[in-house]
Amino acid sequence: MALPAYASPLEKTWHYAYLVICALIFFFLIAPIVVIIPLSFNAQPYFTFTKEMLGFDPAGYSMRWYDLLLTFGMQEPNVERGWGWWMDAWQHATWIGAAKNSIIIGFFATVLATVLGTLAALGLSRPEMPFRRAIMAVLISPMIVPIIITATGLFFFYSKTGLAHTYPGIIMAHATLGIPFVIITVTATLVGFDHSLSRASANLGADPRTTFFRIIMPLILPGVISGALFAFVTSFDEVVVVLFVAGYDQQTIPRQMWNGIREQISPAILAVATILVFISIALLTTVELLRRRSERLRGVSPG
Amino acid sequence: MSDTTMASPELTTADGVPLKKALVRSEARAKRRAFLLVAPLFLFVLITFVVPIGQMLFQSVYNDSFSATAPALDKWFSEHPQGAPIDESAYAALASDLKTMKENRTQGQAGTRINYDVAGTRSLFTSTARKIDRLEPPWKEAILGVNEGWNDPNLWRAMRSATHPYTIDFYLAALDMTRDKNDNIVGVNPDRAIYGKLFWRTAVLSFIITVLCMILAFPIAHLLASLPLAKSNLLMIFVLLPFWTSLLVRTTSWMVLLQQQGVLNDLLVWLGIVNNDGRLEMMYNKTGTIIAMTHILLPFMVLPLYSVMRTIPPSYVRAARSLGATSWTAFRRIYLPQTLPGIGAGALLVFILSVGYYITPALVGGADGQLISNMIAFHMQKSLNWSLAAALASLLLAGVLILYWLYDRLVGIDNMKLG
Repeated sequence: MALPAYASPLEKTWHYAYLVICALIFFFLIAPIVVIIPLSFNAQPYFTFTKEMLGFDPAGYSMRWYDLLLTFGMQEPNVERGWGWWMDAWQHATWIGAAKNSIIIGFFATVLATVLGTLAALGLSRPEMPFRRAIMAVLISPMIVPIIITATGLFFFYSKTGLAHTYPGIIMAHATLGIPFVIITVTATLVGFDHSLSRASANLGADPRTTFFRIIMPLILPGVISGALFAFVTSFDEVVVVLFVAGYDQQTIPRQMWNGIREQISPAILAVATILVFISIALLTTVELLRRRSERLRGVSPG
Repeated sequence: MSDTTMASPELTTADGVPLKKALVRSEARAKRRAFLLVAPLFLFVLITFVVPIGQMLFQSVYNDSFSATAPALDKWFSEHPQGAPIDESAYAALASDLKTMKENRTQGQAGTRINYDVAGTRSLFTSTARKIDRLEPPWKEAILGVNEGWNDPNLWRAMRSATHPYTIDFYLAALDMTRDKNDNIVGVNPDRAIYGKLFWRTAVLSFIITVLCMILAFPIAHLLASLPLAKSNLLMIFVLLPFWTSLLVRTTSWMVLLQQQGVLNDLLVWLGIVNNDGRLEMMYNKTGTIIAMTHILLPFMVLPLYSVMRTIPPSYVRAARSLGATSWTAFRRIYLPQTLPGIGAGALLVFILSVGYYITPALVGGADGQLISNMIAFHMQKSLNWSLAAALASLLLAGVLILYWLYDRLVGIDNMKLG
């Protein structure tokens, strides 16, 4: 991107203007996500920076909204914070309950999507697979079809089959939504897969199962894990299907957020949002490290 | 082996099986094995995705809430063709059905179904059913005595068409059309035609969002593609972090930023660009929807564009420059045409995704920033007109599938990349 020595003054101006424009667009991308982090420590119930906050006065900051996340829904939030208080929070706090539900649903949906998706990706990446394109189109479509349509269809289907208001129902729906991501990431890993390795393994006397677990699996594992993380995030962030098919007591974090935003948005929502941002940073880092590992394993090294 | 070489002895495997046959067999086995790997998932998606969508399509053309509750009227309509006078026998059938409805408490359900077609008729059913036990023949006089509204030929036309559980009426409603009293399809009153406008607004807003994404994505994708990988991977975090952040979180932060008492307005007031009374309304309208959705969908534009730009050799532009092209000409004639596949892929993806967006418009859209998805949700959850919701959803689905097909033809689903 270095400017050549022969660049005219106009080109030089344009080059720097271009860099400024790019910086502004990057700012547009990242600022909305970063801005809520300090705001979640606001001591006042406002959604903007108070004078104290701008002056870095410690009185302008507090953990009260994080505290509210724990105490909201508790039976006796005001007793001394000992063992009993934490037990109460674990059992009754609304947000902790929602987090538990989200994790349970996300975990099983991820397992289901990853196992089925990886097997299918293995089949789809074989050259002899019949109707490859059509089947692929069907399997990717949950990502393309608007979520409201999927939710509407599931509502009709589940109310007839008795799956409405059940955990298996939500888990199956979320697994379906996560499957396209697993298929895309795993097939992308398999594109660079050297099939002579599995042939060599068979040649040396390994049966197909041994070949799969000892040769193929370690090589495609980074792709499988990224796919699984994508599937988990999809489920962890999904609200429309939950709104349509889940029962009243099946609250998840996004659903709780949705209710909070619709009724009366309080900075407690920003505290949840901040926690979620840090979770996504952790996930992004993991995926990025996995991608580099996968590239190293496959011998395509970036600069 | 072609026929001309038949003279030579047929090639066989070590077991004596002709080579051709062995090859076919092993190919079939490989095919079967590949298919068996895919089959469990295919079956799963069929059950949890394709069947539910099928059910939704069925719901959009099938509604038995009147036909199942009005057997006597069904019989009368099948015996008397369209245009027959509504005489005593018709009213007798109506009375008998209203009695059954009252027993089974289905008058509300039946009335609601007719109400979809002719507004304001639900109360006819509920009020007349309440008094039906006290009425006596002649039925026509008695029922008209309760409510003159039963004399409306349009109502009888609606009841006749509702006795068939299979109907295209909900599609007509979704396309702002209705039937007049002679069963001809006509457009609804212009001030009640809302769905056509909503489809149009959805398309226009999605188009604006797509164009904005294109304009914003192009410079940064170009920068990312021309930097060395180590640096561009670092900058890529700015694109991927929003991509990985929860949709609700991103929508929430836009609500915080765009509010009248929010960060952006405060900043503008502080800078003196607007005064304190003139705070801009950037949320609960189209502007809010456009800004928030552009931000949310931008990564879907940057990623395909970036992966195409990475493959363009920089020497082409350099060659153009050395042959005398100005930097603008080199960009326009050499660089831009090579990025077109990426622009097409990204634009199509962003457009497809934004056409069906629900959460963001619902939270920041206000009244005039709503999209068609929000109307589907409204009919599913508030007005409970599920068949109309299903019809609207089917129309949206048809549009999205056409775009998806186009995407597959132009880009290929296999080339979809995530991060």
